[in-house]
Amino acid sequence: MTGWLSDNLASILNGVALGCLLFALAVGLSLVFGVLDVLNLAHGSLFVAGAYAAWRLADDGSLAGFGLAVVLAAGIGGAGGLVLTVATRPLAGRGHLDQALLTLGIALVVTEVVQSWFGRDPHGVLPPLAGSVEIGGGYPIYRLALIGAGLALALAVDQAVERTRVGALVRATVCDPDMVAAMGVNTLLVRSGAFIVGGALAAVAGVLGAPLLGASPHLDAQVLLLALVVVVIGGLGSVRGALLGALLIGQVQSLGIALAPRQAPFLLFGAMAIVLVVRPAGLLGTRAAAA
Amino acid sequence: MSRLLADRSVPGGAYLPRALTAGRSVPVHLLALAVVVWLVALPFGASAYTVGVVGRILAFGLFVASLDFLVGIAGLPSLGHGAFFGIGAYAAALLARDVTAVGPAQLAIAAAIGAAAAGVTGLVTIRSRGIYFVMLTLAIGELARQVADSWTSLTGGANGLAGVPALKLIPGGGSVVIAGHIYWYVLAMTALAFGLLAAVRASAFGQALKGLRDNEDRMRALGYSVTGLKLAALFVAGGFAGLAGSLWLTQLRFVSPADVGFTTSALALLCVVIAGSGSLWGSFVAAAVVIVVRDELGTVIGGRGPLVLGLMFIAVVYLLPRGLAGLVPGGLRPQPQPALGTGVAE
Repeated sequence: MTGWLSDNLASILNGVALGCLLFALAVGLSLVFGVLDVLNLAHGSLFVAGAYAAWRLADDGSLAGFGLAVVLAAGIGGAGGLVLTVATRPLAGRGHLDQALLTLGIALVVTEVVQSWFGRDPHGVLPPLAGSVEIGGGYPIYRLALIGAGLALALAVDQAVERTRVGALVRATVCDPDMVAAMGVNTLLVRSGAFIVGGALAAVAGVLGAPLLGASPHLDAQVLLLALVVVVIGGLGSVRGALLGALLIGQVQSLGIALAPRQAPFLLFGAMAIVLVVRPAGLLGTRAAAA
Repeated sequence: MSRLLADRSVPGGAYLPRALTAGRSVPVHLLALAVVVWLVALPFGASAYTVGVVGRILAFGLFVASLDFLVGIAGLPSLGHGAFFGIGAYAAALLARDVTAVGPAQLAIAAAIGAAAAGVTGLVTIRSRGIYFVMLTLAIGELARQVADSWTSLTGGANGLAGVPALKLIPGGGSVVIAGHIYWYVLAMTALAFGLLAAVRASAFGQALKGLRDNEDRMRALGYSVTGLKLAALFVAGGFAGLAGSLWLTQLRFVSPADVGFTTSALALLCVVIAGSGSLWGSFVAAAVVIVVRDELGTVIGGRGPLVLGLMFIAVVYLLPRGLAGLVPGGLRPQPQPALGTGVAE
């Protein structure tokens, strides 16, 4: 058992690192759905925007450039979230499919624009923290830092949503937006805020993920798929569910591929199927979120 | 059919679908006849290129109709229907290469496999409702593409399966290679399948599905098995999608993971939205619009098909809200007061 563990330690750690990235992406998707009732299929495009910011500013692995990319990506992601708030506003009350179609159209356009600006080829990005530590035969420091940053982010988001006044407002809006509006709260602010924060998180995840996944125009579909699976497994509108789902899918994508490379797509579907059969609303979702 | 419509005691029964009432008038029949005559006579007058385009529109239109059956009739908004189209195309390609080039046999088996795949994945997806269903079907379609991409020994991987043997009509017969003949085969099979789909829609089963779309809880209270109905709808739609995939392959003789993936599903859903859901006829018109715009316009502005597609999505959502009526369970019905039905089931 310890032999197996040390053999696969790198895969397991990679899975945790990927899980942390997926959490940053999925929590925004989940929040936006919970607060605005919008399924944002352009969420992956914001991730890609962050990845390209990292490539332009920090492809040589400079820490300052990387920090700048994080700040820039947060700005771009926030602005993207604001644009999407405005774009989906006229569709309120017209059903989820319209919003899904609209954001899907936006995602397709963004992919094309990215492709015409930066080209079709994927670009690699060097991690800002070079070197490795003696775990499992040498493990990159950057990925450990990523795990740390991801877990810190998860803790921060969880505390912000569960313990602060603003978080209480967000949770109330998820439960009953009409009642929140009736109590005199400007729900437009809450809605825009959720979309802006969600967008910024997705773009920052793109920067943090660039040293692992690189930057390429069609990355958005890959990460969106994973984020959707995470949200389905974790339960919509639940921060802790998103974390649990992200860590689970991170392992499926890393350890699963290492142990059974051919069956990887089936593993992803299988994990989702099993969770949904046992708990149709996701691991930590409430029935109301699924209805 | 009208008797069945009058009898059903589900909400929405008072609102006869406009397509059904409007379809009774004489000019519509004449128009339909003219279209059929034009379709049959097409190979005599048009270039092989045009015949090819129309043939592809027919196959894709049938696929759109199968999705429309799922979305517009049964109220199950799927973003992964391309999986079953692609599975049908792959099945037909493998059959043609390894077993038989006889078209009708391929059709039957592709339909069976498409239906089976839709049924199996349906066991998972029908446990979800609303937006969960959209997300789940999207994920399943994308996973199907990944399978097509990575199962190289069976599917040829990213290169797909090229050079599929040409169509034969009967065992031991000669290969059909003339574009017009292939087109007639596709036209005949599409007409047959479309008639079958329309019959299913008009049947008691089809009416029950409409009830499911309009009010799932009421149908459950009336004693219908909601799970069984949904599963059957997915099964039927998957079968017709597989059949359409087989017809698509017969013409192109090539299939790749892109045919399985998300873009195919999204394109079909765009057609359903343009058509205004529930009118199976409209599927072919919308398929024609989308395929011509994407292929012709996309070529004109430098191979930017996805860009045109994306802009079409945005334009359709903003400019054709009525075309979207009835897409989501409990969403808008075609009825005089549009605001009433908003978001009831959510």
